Amino acid sequence: MTEFLQQLVNGLSLGAIYALLALGYTMVYGVLRFINFAHSDVFMVGAFAGLYLAPLVPADTILGGVLVVLGAMLICAVLGALIERFAYRPLRNAPTLNVLITAIGVSCLLQALGQLVFGAAPRAFPAVFPARALSAGGLDFSSNQVVVLLVALVLAVALRFIVFRTKMGAALRAVSQNPRAARLMGINNDVVIRFAFVIGSALAGAGGVLYATNYPSIDPFMGVLPGLKAFIAAILGGIGSIPGAALGGLLLGLVETFVGGSEYSTYKDAIAFALLILFLLFRPAGLLGKPRVEKV
Amino acid sequence: MPKPHLSLLLALGVAWLVSAFSGHLDPYHLDVLIGVGINVILAVSLNLIAGHTGQFSLGHAGFMAVGAYAATAVSLFLGPRLIGDSPAQGGFAENALFFGALMAGGAAAALAGLLVGIPSLRLRGDYLALVTLGFGEIIRVLLQNFEPLGGALGLNGIPPYTTPFWVIAAVATTVFTVGCLVRSSYGLGFRAVRDDEIAAAATGLHPARYKVVAFTVGAFFAGVAGSLFAHFKLTITPAGFDFTRSIEIVVMVILGGLGNTLGVILAAILLTLLPEFLRPVAEYRLVLYAALLIALMLLRPQGLFNFTVRRAKSRAPV
Repeated sequence: MTEFLQQLVNGLSLGAIYALLALGYTMVYGVLRFINFAHSDVFMVGAFAGLYLAPLVPADTILGGVLVVLGAMLICAVLGALIERFAYRPLRNAPTLNVLITAIGVSCLLQALGQLVFGAAPRAFPAVFPARALSAGGLDFSSNQVVVLLVALVLAVALRFIVFRTKMGAALRAVSQNPRAARLMGINNDVVIRFAFVIGSALAGAGGVLYATNYPSIDPFMGVLPGLKAFIAAILGGIGSIPGAALGGLLLGLVETFVGGSEYSTYKDAIAFALLILFLLFRPAGLLGKPRVEKV
Repeated sequence: MPKPHLSLLLALGVAWLVSAFSGHLDPYHLDVLIGVGINVILAVSLNLIAGHTGQFSLGHAGFMAVGAYAATAVSLFLGPRLIGDSPAQGGFAENALFFGALMAGGAAAALAGLLVGIPSLRLRGDYLALVTLGFGEIIRVLLQNFEPLGGALGLNGIPPYTTPFWVIAAVATTVFTVGCLVRSSYGLGFRAVRDDEIAAAATGLHPARYKVVAFTVGAFFAGVAGSLFAHFKLTITPAGFDFTRSIEIVVMVILGGLGNTLGVILAAILLTLLPEFLRPVAEYRLVLYAALLIALMLLRPQGLFNFTVRRAKSRAPV
C-alpha cells in the first residue's frame, strides 16, 4: 500500500509536467488544427532559460525558484510569439501537411541552435527551489515533487480563469469552435492565435524548469520524448479540450510510473504509444472530447 | 518493349558497369553513392504511401528497422549454416545469400506494413500520422528489449554485402515497380483514394484495399532499403531508426513534391548530398539545414522540383 501511494506521488508529479505541455499542444491544435512539433523544443528552451537565470536570483529560496519559473515562462512566451509570427502565420491558408513540415523544421532549428548555443553535452541543472527530503505517513518524497504539483496546479487554475472568465478566453474558445464564424463576430483571429501560442509556450517554459528540477540533467534534445508523450496525453484527454489535456497528462504520468516500477520497466516508452494506438482506434475523440461526424 | 522496361534494363546495365569499374572509383564517392541510393529507395517507397495514396506516414524508419533486422538475422545467423564460414568474397553463394536476405527483409517489412495498413482503414490525416509514428516508436522499443537481436546495443559484425551494384539495381527496381504500379489502370485507384476517399468509394472502388496495398508495397521497399543499409553500415542499433530518421524521409518526399516521383528522387539526392557539401561549415550544418527546410516550405510549398501548376483545391467550410 505504501509503495502504491509512493508511486502515486511520483506519477502525479510526472503527470503534472506532461499536463503542462499537453495544454500547449491542445490549445494550438484547437485554433490551428495541427501538431506543433516545435512545442517540445520550447520546453527545452525553458529548461535552459532556467539554467541561465538561476545564478541571478537568490539561491535556495522559494522566491528565487518562483522568479526562475516566471522568467523562463516570459522567455518562452516571446519565443512562441516569434515562432508563430515568422514560421506559421505565412502558412495560414496552406495545407496542413505543409504547416506540419514547417513545425518539424522549426523543431530541428531550435535543436540545432540549442546545440550551438548551449553545447550538445548534458548540463547539470542547479537546485532552484530549496530541496528538502520530506516524509509523511511512511511516504518519502522530495520537496521538488510537491513544488511541481503546486506550480502546475496554480498554472492550471490561472489558465482556467483566462480561458473561461476573460474576453480573450472567450475569443479563444470561439476560434477553436469555428474560425470563420468567430471572424464574422469581429474577432481578430491572428491575435487569438498568437495568444494561444504565447500562453501555451509560457506553460511549456514552466514545464521545462519543473522537469529539470526533478531530472536535473538537460541537453538540447531533452524535449523530444516528453513532447511526444505530452501530445499523446492531449489526445488521450481529447484533443482541443483543456481539462482533457490536464487529465490525459496526469493519466499518462501515472500509467508510466506504475509500468516503470513493475517488471516491464524497459517497455515504459512503448506504453504511451500503445495507449495512443488503442485510443485512436477505439475512441479517437479521447476521454473528454466530443466525437465529430464527418459530413460529405 | 515498353519504355519503363527499357529504362530498367538500362539501369541494370549501369549497375553492372559501375560495379565492374568500382575498383577505379574513389571509395568516398562510392560510399556517398550508396547512401544516396538507399535514401532514394526510402523516399520513392514513402512517396507511394504518402504522395500517391495520400496516407501520411511518420513511421517509415520503423519499416526500415524491421527490414534491416530481418535481413541481418538471415545473413548473420542463417548465413554461416547455409554457405559455410568463409565463402569466396563476392562469389555466387554470397550474392545468393544476400539476395535471400534482401527478400526476407522486404517480406518482414511488408508484413509490418500490412499490420499498420489495417488501422489506417479507420483513421485519416493527422491521426493516421500519429499511429504510424507510434508504430515506429513501438518497433524501436521492442527491438531495444529483444536480447536475441542484440537489445539496445544492436547487432555488430554484419557482413559487408552491400555493393554499388546491389544498390543501383534496387533503386531501379523500386522506381520501376512504383512507377508502373501508379501508372497502371489499377494504380489510378491510389490517386482516387488520395483525392477524395468518399467519391472513390462512391464510384465502386474499395479505398481500404488500396491503402493496405500502398502500405504493404511501400513497406516492402523500405525493408529492402533497411537491409541494404545494415549491410553497408555493418552495425545497426534500434536508436538508429528513430523518429528523426522517419522525418528525414518525409522531408525528402515533401521537398520533391508529393506524388512526383522524379522530384522525390532529386530531393533525396539533394538532401543526402547537402550535408556533404556543408561539411566546411559543419558547425552550422544542422542550423542551415533546418532553416532551409522552413524557407522552402514558406517559398515553394508545392515541392522544390514540382513545376506543374495545380489548381488550388477549394477549401472545405471550416
